[in-house]
Amino acid sequence: MTLAAGIARRSSNWLPPLVVFVAVIVLWERLFLLLDVKSFLIPRPTVIWAALIAEWPTLQRGIAYTASEALIGLAGGVTLGTLAGLATARWATARQALVPLGTAMSTIPIIAFAPIAINWFGFESPLPRITIVALMTFFPIMVNTVRGLTNIDPAALELMTSYAASEGDVLRRLRLPNALPYWFTALRIAVTLSVIGAVVGEFFGGPLYSIGIYVTNQTGSFRYPNAWAAIILACVLGIGLYLVAVLAERMVMPWQRRTDTAGAE
Amino acid sequence: MSEPTTDPTVDPAVVVAAGVAKTFGDGSLAVTALEGIDLSIGSGEFVSLIGPSGCGKSTLLRLIGDLTTPSKGTILVNDKPARRARQDRDYGMVFQAPVLMDWRTVARNIELPLEIMGYGKTDRARRAADLLRLVELEGFADKHPWQLSGGMQQRVAIARALAFDPKLLLMDEPFGALDEMTRERMNLELMQIWTRTKTTVVFVTHSIPEAVFLSTRVVVMSARPGRIARIVDVDLPQPRTVETRETERYFELVTAVREALRGNEGTDDLGLGGSGGTAAERIRAEGLA
Repeated sequence: MTLAAGIARRSSNWLPPLVVFVAVIVLWERLFLLLDVKSFLIPRPTVIWAALIAEWPTLQRGIAYTASEALIGLAGGVTLGTLAGLATARWATARQALVPLGTAMSTIPIIAFAPIAINWFGFESPLPRITIVALMTFFPIMVNTVRGLTNIDPAALELMTSYAASEGDVLRRLRLPNALPYWFTALRIAVTLSVIGAVVGEFFGGPLYSIGIYVTNQTGSFRYPNAWAAIILACVLGIGLYLVAVLAERMVMPWQRRTDTAGAE
Repeated sequence: MSEPTTDPTVDPAVVVAAGVAKTFGDGSLAVTALEGIDLSIGSGEFVSLIGPSGCGKSTLLRLIGDLTTPSKGTILVNDKPARRARQDRDYGMVFQAPVLMDWRTVARNIELPLEIMGYGKTDRARRAADLLRLVELEGFADKHPWQLSGGMQQRVAIARALAFDPKLLLMDEPFGALDEMTRERMNLELMQIWTRTKTTVVFVTHSIPEAVFLSTRVVVMSARPGRIARIVDVDLPQPRTVETRETERYFELVTAVREALRGNEGTDDLGLGGSGGTAAERIRAEGLA
């Protein structure tokens, strides 16, 4: 395949969504200007952009703070979820003990739990949000890890048996690689949940510049474009983390890109 | 059940099954898959197990490989219990599906058993290269399994099974999922590999022509319960070639196997020899196995 053809093929992946995105922005701007939609309903993109620039010093601090809460909570939830998944897949007792616990944890209404977490750790501490994010991300990671480790072709297990492979060999050479696609799928879900969890958690308390508190305060004083700028920034954070997860997936599992290469042979 | 006697002065058979029975389930739900199986397979033989669905041919193969245990009787592989033989890695296994690991390249798939058995890196690479040559896939070492055709994938599975020079090769309908033309080509290649490696092979198949073409002996089994109905000695000259399939003796033997099968109950679903069995048949067979 030539380089030009490669670029053309790759651009065909991102070009259509980009065109749609730009078209939506332009249409939004022109239409809202034409219909004279008021800023407190939905501001125009240029108005939001101006607010973003003006408020950047505060927003920058806020998004960095919210991002750190999301990332620390995510790291905790993913680590614990993976460990719980490994234990669950390995020991029947762990399965009996952990699966109901995990399911129960996943049903905790986060909005109801947030004030309690703040009561535990205090208003200024980031720990309530970190706990919320960890709680939200734990379950999808655990469930998918278990599936990936146990949903194995029986013939592949028999093949390992025929080699008299140790349990460690089966784990390392069959179960773990088999679990990777499941785990990364869960990671994509967890990454988006982490930003939502952090922002929602902030509605119940946090530093004034944190995204959740900032949005509450700005809407309270009718500065809607500022609130929208913060929301858009949180979206960008979520999308950015999602893309990092996708990139990590491709780097860890290069063999997965079958749709890209199969046709090229 | 009586222990098969072994005379230390005689080269022991590679596989000896004595009074083997296998029952699945308990009580009123019990299904007898195999009963009264006595079979001895000598070194360097190529033995096919053929029979209608539910005759327990796959079960017998899995018993030899210690992937399941007999309800009655004993199975010796290389003069030791099947369990011990498996732990000593005395056999290589090829399933109907290639069962290759998507995350490994072709060469690394072949190296899988060698890694588990603790071979060094250079030794592994050398063996993988040798085996890729044996199965004529030299240029495909760094490809991933999904970039290969079904026949090529099955060749990789065969190479992987031979990677550690097992004395015994167990094959469970390895070409059952391939089209007729690919299957015939794979039969020829398997013959060449067998001639070169002199490995003892136990081969489960639904196809009469395939069984006759490949084997030194064809074990014809009957169903419900699975028993050995007849053993047909295949005296076709070695090496077997494309022309073998056109000789009169070949047709006589195909007829002999077909008649042996027809003599049993439950041969209805064998239909015309040569077909690999329908998917439904296979599902039924596997449900039992």
